[in-house]
Amino acid sequence: MGEASPRVRAIVTADTRPVLPPHIKLRHDAGRGRWLVLAPERVFEPDDTAVAVLKLCDGARTVGDIAGELAKEYNAPKDEIVTDIVAMLQDLADKGVVTA
Amino acid sequence: MKEIAPTHVKEAPVTMDTGELSCESAPGPEMTDVACARAPIGLLAELTHRCPLQCPYCSNPLDLERANTELSTEEWQKVMRQAAQLGILQIHLSGGEPTVRRDLEEIVKTAAEVGLYTNLITAAVLLTRERLQKLKDAGLDHVQISIQDVDTAAENADRIAGYKGGSEKKKIVAGWVRELGLPLTINAPIHRHNIKNVEAIIDYAVELGAGRVEIAHVQYYAWALKNRASLMPTREDFMTAAKLTEKARERLKGVIVIDMVVPDYYAKFPKPCMGGWGRGIINVTPQGRVLPCHAAESIAGLEFDSVRDKPLGEIWLNGQAFQKYRGTGWMKEPCRSCPRREIDYGGCRCQAFALTGDAANTDPACSLSPLHAEWANVAEVESHLASPEFTYRRPGGASPKPVREKTPAPTDA
Repeated sequence: MGEASPRVRAIVTADTRPVLPPHIKLRHDAGRGRWLVLAPERVFEPDDTAVAVLKLCDGARTVGDIAGELAKEYNAPKDEIVTDIVAMLQDLADKGVVTA
Repeated sequence: MKEIAPTHVKEAPVTMDTGELSCESAPGPEMTDVACARAPIGLLAELTHRCPLQCPYCSNPLDLERANTELSTEEWQKVMRQAAQLGILQIHLSGGEPTVRRDLEEIVKTAAEVGLYTNLITAAVLLTRERLQKLKDAGLDHVQISIQDVDTAAENADRIAGYKGGSEKKKIVAGWVRELGLPLTINAPIHRHNIKNVEAIIDYAVELGAGRVEIAHVQYYAWALKNRASLMPTREDFMTAAKLTEKARERLKGVIVIDMVVPDYYAKFPKPCMGGWGRGIINVTPQGRVLPCHAAESIAGLEFDSVRDKPLGEIWLNGQAFQKYRGTGWMKEPCRSCPRREIDYGGCRCQAFALTGDAANTDPACSLSPLHAEWANVAEVESHLASPEFTYRRPGGASPKPVREKTPAPTDA
C-alpha cells in the first residue's frame, strides 16, 4: 500500500503550519468575479477573510504567523483572529481542504 | 477587503449530488454576463460506453452507444476548450470506463492546460501503474475508484460487477494511486447485495488511503431501474446503514470525508436532481450529444444538440432540452406554488417521466405527488421479495427493449 492520508484527525492550533495539498486549488474565477476553492467533486466559495488566510497557508507560516500578518494588515486584535482562523482551518482540515 | 470578518468564515460547497450551487446562476434580470452568470460548474464527460464491468445498477442508458460513433480525440479536446471558455470548473472523466480510451492522457492534458480541474471516474481494472503515472504527468487532479464490496467479500464484489478478479485489481490500483501521490475517492454504490457491509466499506476506504468515500445508495434509473427488484434494500436495512454512516462520520472526522447519496424511495423530499435542470451540470455523451443530465435521453420529446454541430456554450444557453425544464416556469401544481420549488425543483424529471409519463409532473419521490404512496409501496414490496437474477449491463443486454416502466404491480417478482 502507498502512504495513506493522515489516518488520525489533525488538530489545528496556533502552531500548526497549514497548507493546501496539491489537489486543492485556490483559483480566482474571473468570469464569476470571485475566488473559489476547487476540491474533488466540490467547489467552496471562500469569503474575503478565508481568501486572505488561504493565500498565506504555505506550509511554512504557522497559524500564529498568519494571524499576526492579518492583525497588522487589518488593524485587528491578533488573539481574536487566531481564535477565528483556528476554527475555520479546523473545519477546512476536517473537509480535507487544508493539511495541518 | 477592508476589515476582517469578525466571526465565521462562510463557504458554499457545491457537489453534483446535492446541487448546492454557489454559482449565482438563477436566471434573472440582474444578469449581465450571460455566459458566466449561468455557467455550469461541472461537466460530466462520458468518454465511452465501453466497460469491462457489467454492473446491474449502471446509470448509462439501456441503449449503449457504439465505439465507432465516439467523439475523436480532437473533438473531446475541443469540448475541453469550450468548457473552460464557458466557465466550467471541473471535468469528470467518466463512461463507461474512460480508461478504455487510449487517448485519455491527451484529453486530460488539454483539460489541465485550459485550467480545468480533472477528475477520473474509473472502475480501475484496466489501469497499469505506468498509465497512472502518465495521467498524473498529463495533469490529472483526482482519481475516483468504484468498488462493489470490501476485499474480504471479493467474490460478492466480482459477482455484482460481473468481472472476475476485479475486487483484487481495484485494491492494487488504489495502492498505486496513493503511491503516486494522487488523491483518491472511493465510490461505493450501495444496494441490497452489499448494504449490510456499509460500515466495513467505509473502513476499507480508509485502509485504501482514500480522503473521501461516497456511500452512493443506488438511484433507480436506466439499468438500475431494470434491476430494481434485485437491488432495492429494505427500509430497515437502509435506516441501519444510514445510522452506521452517521456514526462513522463522527468517528472518522478529519480522517475521511463521507458523502452519502440517499435513495429517494426512502427520502422525505425529492432530491434537487443535478441541482436543478440546466443549472449546474452539463453532460456530454460518447458521441457528443449534450444533455442536462446523464439520463435525460430517456425523456421523450427532448431535442439534444451535439458538440459536433454547435458550440457547447450555445447548447447550454439555448438548447431546447436545456430550456425545457430550466428554472420553474414549466412547473405544474403542486410544484408551481410549492415553497420548496427552488430547493428541490420538483425532483427528478427523468423519474417523473418514467413513472408518470410526463416529465413536468412532480417526481413521485415527493410526498405531494398523487402517485407517491403507490410508488413508495413498490420499494417496500420489492425489497422483501427474493432477489431476481441480475440483468447485467452489456450491449443488447436489456433487450427485448423494455417499454417505459409504469409503477409495476408488486405481485410478480
